[in-house]
Amino acid sequence: MSQIIDRRLSGKHKSVVNRQRFIRRFREQIKKSVSDAVSQRSITDMDKGEEINIPTKDTSEPVFGHGPGGRREMIQPGNTDFVAGDKVPRPPGGGEGSGEGNASNTGEGSDEFVFQISRKEFLEFFFEDLELPDLVKTQLKKIADFKMIRAGYTSAGVPSNINVVRSLRGALARRIALRAPYTTEMRELEKQREELLLIHVESYPEIMEIDDRISVLKKKIKSIPFIDTFDLRYNNRRKEPIPSTQAVMFCIMDVSGSMNEERKDIAKRFFILLYLFLTRTYENIEVVFIRHHTTAKEVDEDEFFYSRETGGTVVSSALELMHEIIAKRYPTSQWNIYAAQASDGDNWEGDSPTCGEILQQKILPLVQYYAYVEITAYEHQSLWREYENVKEAFPNFAIQDIAGLTSIYPVFRELFSKQIS
Amino acid sequence: MKKVLSDTSEWSIDLINRYDREIARIAGNFKLDTYANQFEIISSEQMMDAYSSVGMPVGYNHWTYGKQFIDTERRYKRGQMGLAYEIVINSDPCIAYLMEENTMTMQALVIAHAAYGHNSFFKGNYLFRAWTTADAIIDYLLFAKKYITDCESRYGVEEVEALLDSCHALMNHGVDRYKRPQKLSNTEEQLRQKEREEYLQSQVNDLWRTLPTIDAVKKLTAEVRYPAEPQENLLYFIEKNAPLMEPWQREIVRIVRKIAQYFYPQRQTQVMNEGWATFWHYTILNQMYDEGLVTDGFMIEFLQSHTNVTAQPAYNSPYYSGINPYTLGFSMMTDLRRICEDPTKEDKQWFPDIAGGDWVKVLDFAMRNFKDESFIAQYLSPKLIRDLKLFAILDDDQNSNYEITAIHDDSGYKYIRQAMVSQYNLGKREPNIQVYNVNHRGDRSLTLRYTQDDRRPLNENTEEVLKHFTRLWGFTVRIETQYADGKFELTHECPVNRHQ
Repeated sequence: MSQIIDRRLSGKHKSVVNRQRFIRRFREQIKKSVSDAVSQRSITDMDKGEEINIPTKDTSEPVFGHGPGGRREMIQPGNTDFVAGDKVPRPPGGGEGSGEGNASNTGEGSDEFVFQISRKEFLEFFFEDLELPDLVKTQLKKIADFKMIRAGYTSAGVPSNINVVRSLRGALARRIALRAPYTTEMRELEKQREELLLIHVESYPEIMEIDDRISVLKKKIKSIPFIDTFDLRYNNRRKEPIPSTQAVMFCIMDVSGSMNEERKDIAKRFFILLYLFLTRTYENIEVVFIRHHTTAKEVDEDEFFYSRETGGTVVSSALELMHEIIAKRYPTSQWNIYAAQASDGDNWEGDSPTCGEILQQKILPLVQYYAYVEITAYEHQSLWREYENVKEAFPNFAIQDIAGLTSIYPVFRELFSKQIS
Repeated sequence: MKKVLSDTSEWSIDLINRYDREIARIAGNFKLDTYANQFEIISSEQMMDAYSSVGMPVGYNHWTYGKQFIDTERRYKRGQMGLAYEIVINSDPCIAYLMEENTMTMQALVIAHAAYGHNSFFKGNYLFRAWTTADAIIDYLLFAKKYITDCESRYGVEEVEALLDSCHALMNHGVDRYKRPQKLSNTEEQLRQKEREEYLQSQVNDLWRTLPTIDAVKKLTAEVRYPAEPQENLLYFIEKNAPLMEPWQREIVRIVRKIAQYFYPQRQTQVMNEGWATFWHYTILNQMYDEGLVTDGFMIEFLQSHTNVTAQPAYNSPYYSGINPYTLGFSMMTDLRRICEDPTKEDKQWFPDIAGGDWVKVLDFAMRNFKDESFIAQYLSPKLIRDLKLFAILDDDQNSNYEITAIHDDSGYKYIRQAMVSQYNLGKREPNIQVYNVNHRGDRSLTLRYTQDDRRPLNENTEEVLKHFTRLWGFTVRIETQYADGKFELTHECPVNRHQ
């Protein structure tokens, strides 16, 4: 006798461990894919998984086997017009002769082993170089909070959600409705019976008949169930994201000739981190990109990172523009304003005091946080010294020089310690 | 006329029970002898899990299974492949998976195919009887999983993984072809494992012990090869003789070897096994139709699926990927029945002892006593060679052209049959590599000998596999290739790298 076991509810993700082992083993290749993806993706587009390609030869497992060459004879099906003794020219590059009976069924001729990693795994790899503390990592990986709100009733649900009042009300209505035809009939019969009783005794056949009918109807009424499964109503709750305010993030970058690709890449990662952090706190985020050399310009992301200009550097132009944009489009009553500025520290000597002034008077009073990173290997110049003065006066202003990827995080430490507490 | 069992595609536990009862009855009438059946109803995700662990219900963790899972999942999601709708495990009771997405027709097909077809093959075929112990395998897999997990926590995941990688590389050469393994269950295995550990270690030490010997004896023994006879089971040799291995490493080599051994009969009987199961699902479901148990719609769905499985594209079709074992096996089984029931003159001449016989008995005998190569050698009929239009093509790197050596005509039948046999001969398909000598008085290096067949060289993976072998052996490993004329030369060598 066969036995049937329903295993659908048990042990689903048996392969999870094996999958993790696979990812751990090919960590280097995956990391490279992620890092390529980071440089290709838009800042606001960081929050999803990625397709990873690994060359098949890296993932294949070697076993002893025959190589090409020597003498091999094969049986093939579907002959049409060969006869014994025919000579067939060898197809270039192996061709049909490659089947060996046990031909691999995994190949499919593709050179790449392709698979998808999740958003969580993607961020994990992205964070890896940045040396973020675990607490921050979890903060960043967390999906926005939801709260459950009431949303009426449903006819399906779990027992703990049964709404008693609604269910009983439904049951009552159903009982009344189902009873209706019987009660009407019964009322009529009773009326007839009374009329007949005026003339006849109780044992009169017609009265007996009516009595029988009445007892049948009573039984029918009684058999209507007090409560039935389709009377049940369940409280329905819906997930709603916790409403939060909106934020705007200004990305300001020096694009003068001295900012090379590598520096821009570091700057990009810095901006991405800030953006990711903001997405955890704010529902709606706008990003404004301002690039500057001697003059500043608001641009889209592509132009921001990938177009190149040369010339001198006047930082104050960007700050002025930022101030204008805030005044025009982002009233502080409605927007939380964050700004991140990246530069290699070059500035026209006479401009630095102006920058300090604009920051102190026009910008810092309006923004939540202003972070400046200087990506340079050389000595700091006037802009840095000016900014150091500003830092004394404003706690929401942070400066940091970045030598490599790992020094991005300290800039955020302050920011997070503020937000978490 | 019986009543049809169901006329929708929906299945339910109760319906599965009723179909199973009918299928069991019909299978019994055809004298199929099976282990008890256990059906497990699973979701497609669980099927992917099962799929990526080669159907083993419990398996140790390793990245290669993760890779298979990721690949299966991706292809399934993209719709590049349907999931195999059946996986059956050679155990007692015999476990067959039924996927919840299947229609009732497909469930019935799977039941007939796996639970009665494959199941009776597992129970009856001589290779499975000799090489596998159906009642102990699940226990053994549990033991293996637990043992490897323990090792991981004791010696580190990476260490164990590297060892398993190396073992997997030699897995195909980790089978005994002639000796009979012992029956063991989980508890016995655990007990024995401890004893074995101690005993093995003492043996190995003995082998390497340096004894003061007189010169004369030394001279005599210096020429004695170790092992005295070449050893074909590479993993077994490593398990017993690798000088530097820890006991737990030997045990893991043993586990991989045991699992390879368990799957070995499957690799040797693919055509027969699938052919047998396909023949029986076809026969049983048709019988059900004849008895009026299933509807026309059921049959159309079933036949569509059946035809897909047994389709054989021609050699020049873009869909061609070798001879389809389902087609070949099913056609041969069907052909056997035809030879018994409706023999032609030709059949009587080729198969005098079975032509006109009792087909149930003939098929049963064939199922029990053959493996792919001998089955083909015995039963591939001229009619089937004609039906499949088989031809033999010779690829010799000394000729500039391929040569058609035989086709499906009177002069070619025997030749094609013979070529087909060697195509299914595992011993010929895999390179013949054996442990030839260990320098046990010198640098402990190990020499493998590859006996070349038809001048075929080893493939480009050889260096990699050799690295794995060296990691297991702990000292230099080399391969000598022996040519047809008896001469041999050193073709591959992998020196040991202590900092690996």
